[in-house]
Amino acid sequence: MSRLPRRTLILSIPLIAFAALLFFLAQGLSNDPRLLPSALIDRPMPDFSLRDLQEPSRLVSARDFTGHIALINVWATWCPACYDEHETLLKLAREGVTIYGLNYKDERAKALAWLERLGNPYVRVIDDSGGRLGLDLGVYGAPETYLIDAAGVIRYRHVGVVTDQIWDDEFLPRIELLNAEGKA
Amino acid sequence: MSARSITLLARAVLGMLLGLVLSANAAIDAYQFDDAAQEERFRQLINELRCPKCQNQNIADSDAPLSKDLRQRVYELMEEGRDDAEIVDFLVERYGTFVTYRPPVNAVTGMLWFGPVLLVMGAAFCVGFWIRRRSRDARVELTEDEQRRIADLLRQSDGKGL
Repeated sequence: MSRLPRRTLILSIPLIAFAALLFFLAQGLSNDPRLLPSALIDRPMPDFSLRDLQEPSRLVSARDFTGHIALINVWATWCPACYDEHETLLKLAREGVTIYGLNYKDERAKALAWLERLGNPYVRVIDDSGGRLGLDLGVYGAPETYLIDAAGVIRYRHVGVVTDQIWDDEFLPRIELLNAEGKA
Repeated sequence: MSARSITLLARAVLGMLLGLVLSANAAIDAYQFDDAAQEERFRQLINELRCPKCQNQNIADSDAPLSKDLRQRVYELMEEGRDDAEIVDFLVERYGTFVTYRPPVNAVTGMLWFGPVLLVMGAAFCVGFWIRRRSRDARVELTEDEQRRIADLLRQSDGKGL
């Protein structure tokens, strides 16, 4: 009597395996292959020493980012999507979010004119015209936005425009989690 | 035009074309190497590294500005005396395993590396199990009555050649 169910079970193993394979393949269809996971998640910000865009005599280093949760936004004037994103960044800055700018492979004069014209959401802008820090961060396209915790550790990276939706869905929950960890 | 002048013209055109090709190559690769072996090493490295911005191009073939930066960085690392593994690691640390066309063996890729082997082994085990069971089932125990009948039949066929 126990023979039949066991046999059915054994025979259904390939079917179950096939269904599982289908499930994973179907999931792969909805993945965006252009979005790469950052290799630097949960790693400290790479060490660097670069000029401040607005005060070139002043050097900025990774140490300047420690002490509080902050965003690092990679942008450039040659990047049309950065233009789309700017309004959201200004709004976030007004709400009290600390945003550092990383001006990536850009010309200083153009970058300064951009900030003059569109407004400046950044606490400080790093001048990475050579793209060295961008390469160390694994930047492969602007805009990119990194979430840095108080210890200067990279917790999250978003590739592409930060919209209100993405802020609410991806950034806020992580920031709340970091705040909760900090209190505990 | 004489045959001789046509040949000369053809040579001149060919020479010009060759010059164009050479100068185009020079524009792409402005790197200086100590010897041909170093250049070959560089060529192999940039052929094995994948451009993060492009979907499926190595940094040697890609025109993306990022690929240019990565080629430059690979060159600099070679100049610093780093070996191939160190250079690949350097880029993997920053861009993840996406940048290499040689996937590493780790927990994430284990299924891809060993999955097919496990599948074939599993199939072989199942087939073996099935064949053994079939041959066991085929062996039929005879009753005493049947044994006697077989013995009778064999005796009858003796000498008759069946």
